[in-house]
Amino acid sequence: MLPASAKAPHKQPHKQSISIGRGTRKRDEDSGTEVGEGTDEWAQSKATVRPPDQLELTDAELKEEFTRILTANNPHAPQNIVRYSFKEGTYKPIGFVNQLAVHYTQVGNLIPKDSDEGRRQHYRDELVAVSYQGSQESVKVISETGDLEEDEEPKELETEPGSQTDVPAAGAGEKVTEEELMTPKQPKERKLTNQFNFSERASQTYNNPVRDRECQTEPPPRTNFSATANQWEIYDAYVEELEKQEKTKEKEKAKTPVAKKSGKMAIRKLTSMESQTDDLIKLSQAAKIMERMVNQNTYDDIAQDFKYYDDAADEYRDQVGTLLPLWKFQNDKAKRLSVTALCWNPKYRDLFAVGYGSYDFMKQSRGMLLLYSLKNPSFPEYMFGSNSGVMCLDIHVDHPYLVAVGHYDGNVAIYNLKKPHSQPSFCSSAKSGKHSDPVWQVKWQKDDMDQNLNFFSVSSDGRIVSWTLVKRKLVHVDVIKLKVEGSTTEVPEGLQLHPVGCGTAFDFHKEIDYMFLVGTEEGKIYKCSKSYSSQFLDTYDAHNTSVDTVSWNPYHTKVFMSCSSDWTVKIWDHTIKTPMFIYDLNSAVGDVAWAPYSSTVFAAVTTDGKAHIFDLAINKYEAICNQPVAAKKNRLTHVQFNLIHPIIIVGDDRGHIISLKLSPNLRKMPKEKKGQEVQKGPAVEIAKLDKLLNLVREVKIKT
Amino acid sequence: MTPVEETLKRIQSHKGVIGTMVVNAEGIPIRTTLDNSTTVQYAGLLHHLTMKAKSTVRDIDPQNDLTFLRIRSKKHEIMVAPDKEYLLIVIQNPCE
Repeated sequence: MLPASAKAPHKQPHKQSISIGRGTRKRDEDSGTEVGEGTDEWAQSKATVRPPDQLELTDAELKEEFTRILTANNPHAPQNIVRYSFKEGTYKPIGFVNQLAVHYTQVGNLIPKDSDEGRRQHYRDELVAVSYQGSQESVKVISETGDLEEDEEPKELETEPGSQTDVPAAGAGEKVTEEELMTPKQPKERKLTNQFNFSERASQTYNNPVRDRECQTEPPPRTNFSATANQWEIYDAYVEELEKQEKTKEKEKAKTPVAKKSGKMAIRKLTSMESQTDDLIKLSQAAKIMERMVNQNTYDDIAQDFKYYDDAADEYRDQVGTLLPLWKFQNDKAKRLSVTALCWNPKYRDLFAVGYGSYDFMKQSRGMLLLYSLKNPSFPEYMFGSNSGVMCLDIHVDHPYLVAVGHYDGNVAIYNLKKPHSQPSFCSSAKSGKHSDPVWQVKWQKDDMDQNLNFFSVSSDGRIVSWTLVKRKLVHVDVIKLKVEGSTTEVPEGLQLHPVGCGTAFDFHKEIDYMFLVGTEEGKIYKCSKSYSSQFLDTYDAHNTSVDTVSWNPYHTKVFMSCSSDWTVKIWDHTIKTPMFIYDLNSAVGDVAWAPYSSTVFAAVTTDGKAHIFDLAINKYEAICNQPVAAKKNRLTHVQFNLIHPIIIVGDDRGHIISLKLSPNLRKMPKEKKGQEVQKGPAVEIAKLDKLLNLVREVKIKT
Repeated sequence: MTPVEETLKRIQSHKGVIGTMVVNAEGIPIRTTLDNSTTVQYAGLLHHLTMKAKSTVRDIDPQNDLTFLRIRSKKHEIMVAPDKEYLLIVIQNPCE
């Protein structure tokens, strides 16, 4: 019936007949006829119905025979297990595979009687049974001892639960306690102990006591810092960075240890100096500006006049002009000295140099060189003193800090304004060829071929000397020795003496480099050349007394002017031996100067304290301005025009320098005709003068 | 005497100058020819004004810098010449 029962739950009731049908067939085969007979009706009445999911097989397949063999192998066991062999280093199949198939397992809790645990349990069970019996019997007998032991027992009882886990160790002890327990008390319900052999051991190390240890440092000093970030602060930071970078670059370039040492020395010197007068030296610039401002305030009106005042009255004065006095420059230290030389600085147009000395042969004392600026009339910018009177000076055009000076004792010197020592940078001496008479004029020349500085000097000893600054030393070369022409006196022994002429002034031609004029004490003017040392190119009988000044016209290359103590000023054309124009000024003329803005304007100063301004284009015969500039006692010694401002400076023999502004009439430019443009420039000036000269020349030719 | 001291002396003895003082970068007067209270007052006030003026000039063009400051009032003129670390203040009465 098994197969039927096995299948029955799968199929539905309407299929039961099928299964029963099948089952009956089998029964027919297996069992007796009883069953067969009984179910024949069933079998006949029912027809076989196919389940829808029955596997459909062909007849051939249905009749296929399958053989089944019973073996002892486990069909589920793997047949080709491969294990890795370390010996050979490959995978090798295992020969024997375990064929054990476990069909059913169950974990049990039976313990063998003879094991430790079994014995223990046995004992416990026995004890429980015995104690149950014995407690009833011996309660009365050992009640006293039980009382005594009760005291102990609670303790032991307390310890027992704790030590129940320590069963194996306390096994012997337990027996004792259990025996004691038996007697007085009823058997407690024993706790079920853990059946595993479990023991716990714990220990605790000694924990060190924790202590707090603290320490507090002094708080760092604090300051408040605040700053603003302006555009210029950022800019400054960048500029500093740039400078630092450049410095490091320079240091890389100059890596000599010597340089470093010298640098350190210099730094040390600086620091020692600075620590002494640290605070105030840095103020020098500010102090300078302040002084000028204070002066500007004091002389405010003069400053305004200098800039803006133009004499309106000149419109009404026909062709006559005036000189407006501006600042006066004087210094206590130069009080009793005369102004012997004046020179404007070619680069800094407000700076001029003044030389102080004495023209008096008897009263010779010290000399001074002062440089004033128009911006500060109360105190000179630079001050130098010298033992001997300064007779002449010249400022180099290219190096406006070099001043060449000629002294009364015949020495020449060069002062370097960049180095504010009171001593000159270079000085000639008796050994190095100084003049034996006062040096009357010095003039810078162009640098020679070796780029050495070069200047000329003229003196009464008749020598014109060229000084060259070679490797920090002044080297002199006699260019010309002046001779008095036509006056060789014969000495009884037949020797010819050539008396030496005394040069008092000279001037170099503006364009023809080698040509220059020399004025002498005899009143003659020689035209000389640098290349010819003994002969003169030309001679002019200029004056009756010594020639004080000769000066080439700044525009016209042929015209020059001379003045002398014989009260005259003469204008020459160097090709003609006689002067073009002669002016008598009623007093010894100290100095003449051409104006830089016009070829026909010049100024002359006389010893009666008057300044005369001439403009040949306006008036050929008279001065257009004739003005006393200083007190009558003061003799005016020098005059110079400023190169850009319309002012002149006049020096006198009391050590005063007066600056004067030229009124508009004196600065007249030729009036332009209608329609014609105003022509400016040297060509115009030359043409202007030429016109005048031609007139004169025609007159001369006629006479 | 150093040339700077001579210059300061000259300025002080110039016509119309009432007083001069030198103030350091923090506004503390170092040198003065006026009395203490006036100096302190001038120094403090002018220091701030100079800083403001300098800041103004430089803000407009960082490559520019303040060279001189002049305040002309009814009674006199205050002139301030700032330097890298110092301030030179001169009070002058210009019209005489």
